[in-house]
This record gives sequence, C-alpha cells and structure tokens, in this order.
Amino acid sequence: MDTVLSVIHWLTNPAHWSGSDGIPTRFVEHIELSGESVLIGAAIALPIGIVLGHFGRFGALAMNVSNVGRAIPSIALLVLAFQIFGLGNVPIIIALTALAIPPMVTNSYVAMREVDPDIKEAARGMGFREPAQIWRVELPLAVPLVMAGIRTSAVQVVATATLAALIAGGGFGRYIIDGFGQQDYTKLVAGGVLVALLALATEAALSGLERVLVPRGIRLLRVPATKQVVFKTA
Amino acid sequence: MPTGLFLDYVDPWINWDWLSRHVPVVTSALVQHVELTAVAVGIGLAIAIPLGVVAQRRRLLRSSILTIFDIFYTVPSIAVFVFLIPYTGLTAVTAEVALVGYAVLILARNVMVGLDAVPKDVLDAADGMGYRPFARLMQVELPLALPTIFAGIRIATVTTIGLVTVAALIGWGGLGQLILQGFIESFHTPLVVGMALSIALAFVADLGLASIQRLALPWSRGG
Repeated sequence: MDTVLSVIHWLTNPAHWSGSDGIPTRFVEHIELSGESVLIGAAIALPIGIVLGHFGRFGALAMNVSNVGRAIPSIALLVLAFQIFGLGNVPIIIALTALAIPPMVTNSYVAMREVDPDIKEAARGMGFREPAQIWRVELPLAVPLVMAGIRTSAVQVVATATLAALIAGGGFGRYIIDGFGQQDYTKLVAGGVLVALLALATEAALSGLERVLVPRGIRLLRVPATKQVVFKTA
Repeated sequence: MPTGLFLDYVDPWINWDWLSRHVPVVTSALVQHVELTAVAVGIGLAIAIPLGVVAQRRRLLRSSILTIFDIFYTVPSIAVFVFLIPYTGLTAVTAEVALVGYAVLILARNVMVGLDAVPKDVLDAADGMGYRPFARLMQVELPLALPTIFAGIRIATVTTIGLVTVAALIGWGGLGQLILQGFIESFHTPLVVGMALSIALAFVADLGLASIQRLALPWSRGG
C-alpha cells in the first residue's frame, strides 16, 4: 500500500510535470521515437506486404519474416544498433523500425490474400486496372487485418521504446532505468505505470482509428471473430 | 564503433578466445533461460487449463475474461517486472510471476478456443453414449482441443523465451544477461552469443514442440 501511495504522490507531484525530465517531455520523446519508427516501418512494410499479397508471390518469405522477427530479442536489437551506430536517436529508431516491420508485412500479406477471388475477378471484369483494383477494391477489404498488424507493431514498439533508455534514449524508460540506477523504487514503479498506460492508450487509439478507417459496408459484413493471439516480444 | 583500450583495436563480432574461456558462463546463462521458460510454461499450463475450462463454460465470465486478458497482454513486460519489485524484489519470483502471467494469458485463451471448436454433434454423441460431464471433458473434449492447446504452448514458449531476455534488467535474464553484459562492457562477443543462442533456442523449442505434437497427437496431423 505504501508503494501505491508514494507512486500516486510521485505522479501527481507538480515538480514531475515540468522540465527536461518531466512527464510531458518524456511523453513526447517516447511518442516521437515510437511514432517515427512505426511510420518508417509502415512505409517499408505495407507496400511490400500489400504487393506480395496482391500477386500471391513469395508467400513463404512474407510469413517467415515474422517468424524470424519474433525470435530476435528486442533488447539485443537495441544493443546491437547501439554498438554499430553509437549513441543517439538514429540507432534507436533503426532498431525499433526493424522490430515494427515483420508483423506489418505478414498481416498485410495475409489481408490481401484473404480478399475473395470472386471479388478480384469482378473488379477485373469491370475494367479496373491493377493499381486501381488494389487501391479501390482490395485495400478497403483488407483494412481490418492491415490495421491489426499496425496495432500489433505499434504496441510492441511502444513497449520496446522503454528499453531505449538503456542505450541513453529518452522516453518513459528513463524513469525506469534511472530509478534502477538511483535505487529510487517509487520513480521506477511510476515509470512502469506510465509505460503501461501508454501501451494501453496506443492500443485503444489504434482500435479507434481502425473503426474510422474500415468502410461502413465492410463493417456491416464483418463477423466479430475471436482475436488471434499475437507474439509478444517486449 | 566502440573501441577497447587501444584506439586501433577493433572488437571482432566473436572473440573465440573469450568464448572458449567462458563456456561455463554461457552454459549457465542458457540453462537459466531454459529453466525460467520451462517453469513459466509448466505452471502456466497448470493454471490455464482449469481456468480455460471454467471460463469456456460460462458465457458471462468468458467475454469479461477475454477482455481482461487483452488488457493485461498489452501491458509491456518491463512494466510488470517493475510493479513486482516492491513486493518480491530482484528475485527469480519476480521474473517468474510475470512470465507465468503472460503464459496463462496465451494458454487459457487457446484452451477456450480449442474447446469452442469441438463440434456440437460430437458432444451430443458423447452425451448419448452416457458420458458424465467430467468424463466427457477429459475423454472427448480436451483430446479434441489438444491441437489448439498445443499451438498455444508453442506460442507461449517462444514468447517466454523472448521475454526472459527482458528480465535481464532485474538480473534474471538467462541469455539476456549476456546481451546486457555485451552492452555494459561494450564488447560484441557476449551480445552476439546471447542473441544467437536465444534465437536458436526459440527455433529449437518451436521445432521440438512441433515434433512432440506430431508424435503425441497423431489425429492433429491433418491440420
């Protein structure tokens, strides 16, 4: 109980809400590191997954990339990036991007594969050209699964960005790593609370975005399925 | 590129000399990794099977349990380790409680999904043959759910192997400890060895479990 109270005190102390080690600053750092990594990762992963899924080529590659990806320890990826590229945000973003890519490639590949072949056939019959068919027919149908991949990646990246503090990065992980270093258990646990809340908020925000992005007609079609278990890497 | 004592010294990715002198260190890290994983998945199963069975039978409990599972599963492992420190300190218990928790979340869900997939006709036939509820569960439903439960065991095992490396921050990281040492000492060899072994461990465990599944559950080969 003492811990809970002292953590609440820590979190509500105005001194912890300003300055370069304040919660708002650390929040922005955490969001920047994770957001940039997920965006860069999406820019690389989604076109690959979507195009491979559309043509149905290199399926084994698209599926295996996440098998290999989930086996690589995220902490090793960060330390490796640090030893190769040194200090700073660049190695952190490289490591987090590498982590973000596999689930998005696999999910967008599967999403495009699962589009009903009859619908593709109909689109072709209606005279859609290849890019228009992908963009206007297949992608809207694939949005739910593509978004699930983005959400999986984003939650993992937000969790792993915490470990970036180990290699001198910013973000909420600072409180955890510094809490360890200073043997300040209140700060440590407060850092844990902030990280947990941020991961949950990320999940909730992307679920909301998914709801907005899924076209209405498809939303009506979809039967809610039991959610697939995803691998957790951080 | 971080360098050693001499500016012209380039740290090789693997220093075989160091490795040959540190075989016991590497072995004990590997053993700790396997132990932490095995205990977590083992205890996880012991909790998840009864929990999954009970939850699958009660509609109300079921949907709330799945929602709670989703929420807990989203919480990063490092946060859970940190929450436990004030209570259990930097001990193996802290690592195991968190690891068991995640294993239960994965396994109980698959127990529920596996039981859901048992065809209604089979249940009716079993009832017609005079199976009592417990016997029906043990002799009909669980065997049919085993392939899904086994899939859960594989996911839980590979996930736990990854999460153990994060537990290096609380001193119980198995191979993660080597990764952390590689970072602290700015020395490539333990990092590369720890990373390679933990990737290898994940693959070997997954393949091993897949072969056990093929041998033990011949009826699941078709799927």
